[in-house]
Amino acid sequence: MNRLFRFAAAALLLAAPAVLASSAQAQDTITIGFTTSQTGALNVDSLAQLRGFEMWRDDVNAAGGIKAGGKAYMVKFVSYDDQSQGARVQQLYTQLIVQDKAQFLFSPYSSGLVATAAVISEQYGALMMSIGGAESKTYELGNKYLFQTYTPADHYLTGALQALKEKKPGATIALVYSDDPFSKAVAIATRDQAPAMGLKIVLDESYPPDQTDFSAIINKIVSAKPDALLGGGHYPDGATLTRQIYDQKAGIKWVTLLVAPDSGQFATLGASAVGISVPSQWAPQVTYKPSFGPTSAVFAQRFQAKYNAPADYHSAGGYAGGLIFQHAIEQAGSIDPEKVAAALNKMDVVTLFGPCKFSIDPASHGLQLTHQMVLTQWQMKDGQLVKPVIWPAAAATAPILYPIH
Amino acid sequence: MFGILASIVDGLLIGTVYGMAAMGLTLIWGVMNVVNLTHGAMIVAGMFALFLIGDWLGISPYAIMPPVAVIGFGAGVLIYWLSVHRMIGRPPLMSLLSTFAVNLVLIGLGTDLWGTKLFNIPVSLPGLSYEGYTFPGTHLMAAALTGVIAVLLFLFLDKTRSGKAIRAVAGNRVAAELVGIPTTRVLALAFGLGVALACVSGALIATMFPFTVLSGNAYQLKSFVVTILGGLGNPAGAFLGGIALGLIEGLATPFMPVSWTSVIEFVLFVLVLIAFPRGLFNFTFRRS
Repeated sequence: MNRLFRFAAAALLLAAPAVLASSAQAQDTITIGFTTSQTGALNVDSLAQLRGFEMWRDDVNAAGGIKAGGKAYMVKFVSYDDQSQGARVQQLYTQLIVQDKAQFLFSPYSSGLVATAAVISEQYGALMMSIGGAESKTYELGNKYLFQTYTPADHYLTGALQALKEKKPGATIALVYSDDPFSKAVAIATRDQAPAMGLKIVLDESYPPDQTDFSAIINKIVSAKPDALLGGGHYPDGATLTRQIYDQKAGIKWVTLLVAPDSGQFATLGASAVGISVPSQWAPQVTYKPSFGPTSAVFAQRFQAKYNAPADYHSAGGYAGGLIFQHAIEQAGSIDPEKVAAALNKMDVVTLFGPCKFSIDPASHGLQLTHQMVLTQWQMKDGQLVKPVIWPAAAATAPILYPIH
Repeated sequence: MFGILASIVDGLLIGTVYGMAAMGLTLIWGVMNVVNLTHGAMIVAGMFALFLIGDWLGISPYAIMPPVAVIGFGAGVLIYWLSVHRMIGRPPLMSLLSTFAVNLVLIGLGTDLWGTKLFNIPVSLPGLSYEGYTFPGTHLMAAALTGVIAVLLFLFLDKTRSGKAIRAVAGNRVAAELVGIPTTRVLALAFGLGVALACVSGALIATMFPFTVLSGNAYQLKSFVVTILGGLGNPAGAFLGGIALGLIEGLATPFMPVSWTSVIEFVLFVLVLIAFPRGLFNFTFRRS
């Protein structure tokens, strides 16, 4: 028995440094909670965003953590699969805050899920970086701890309208969009912006997000005889619409769709993809001069090497969201959420993702003010599908292809 | 004006494919009173079978339809033995839950393997164009093949010994056993046939539209609506129900926002359930 006690005491003594070290490490760790859509319809874009988060975390931890107030904080993630469903987001963000004691939050992907998560984060006074939630309405509800990295949905199609106006002044437009919060917000803004630029909307039609066959909608578009088609929604519907426009030879001279064409996988559509343009929060070719963190080119190159997949705006947004959050902690010199929020309120910086400044007006607190979008277009170059930036003209890496068919 | 006609024709073309998918669902219900909730997953399995075999052999997607049907039949028989056989004759909820469980497993496996990324099978087939409206070749071919398959199914059920056995078991399983029909084998055959129909309809859909692992849900829902329109357990009714659903979609779209189409479909679904609980096209397939 005596030997047993001695053995136990020795084991405890040996284990003590490890236990002490781990508790010391626990003190210097920042836990960030979020959900991703590992399953369900938003899986593709959400996974890209998650990779951005993870790459930022790995970079921070490899560099010794986030330095603030004389300490270095290692970053730890707690995340769950929200199944692309709002109900799961509501449940899991509560769990992240209450049970997992996440000190800070990253948002889920897509406007609808961000709106749901924001209700929970504000209720508990938890600071949340919103990445992938472009709809403005969420930021107009008096939230204090929500900060948006994306350009708001209202400006998504502004560049496309400007480019179209340059190529065909007075062009007619079919506005065909998915019946989801983000796409509707974009469409509402486009309805105001198009006439102001002298462009005319001749068809205004929404479709359910799970629409599988666009034949009848395309017949409506053909009947309206527009020059351009603007709209779309998320990935599956945008890709199906693209394929059917091509198969049904709709004869449209210009097509800009939301989200779907930004993914590298869009190239699997082959000839159908040629000419389709997409407003993008970011493109690897952009040449911003970051105040901190890597340049776009370096990020894109490292992302490709790490994941064997091209970086898109969802992954760049995820990485930049982490960088902005890190910078706020470093500026605050503390991990106190109030101080970090104050640092975010003052922030006016440029990252690889572009400029970043948040509204401090109580009516729209946290809304992104300075980030800019680019317009990219799928074009055929030397037999390969490529996606150069075509707008704004100052950032363009290739001329606009018009008409596309 | 031609735009409206074009929409109606488009609706009819796609409606035949809805009809074929629903024939698989209704055949299984008609024979063994099982609501097959693996139906959506099997439609997706047909899409992926077409994609993978096409990628491997590099031949025309239409040449791959027979192997897809065989794979679907095999998968159906396997699912029958794994999750349905022990549930025959038990409360319907049991088979509903067991097929739902298989559905979740299959979708989970698919998501793990391929994520929800999009797959596209480019098919180059000339279509018909008139006044700016085009009926793609893939839609015309899908409707033609569906018609052929429907005729073959009816000939099989009506003329062959196995088909007659299926009808006998559907009519009265006990009586069928008494006259020496191996009912268990017939049930497996019917389930395999139902799943094969779902797989082939999935493969035909994949020639027309890009797809993901989750694409089956929407078509499964349509199959339920079609089944109710056509009359539960009645393959001929399901085929006509599919065409009717396509016609409704084609007719409604030119006159109202597309978002309203599903509202109309489900209002009709409820109305048919109330006014014609045996379906709009209830012919004599099942006597019970």
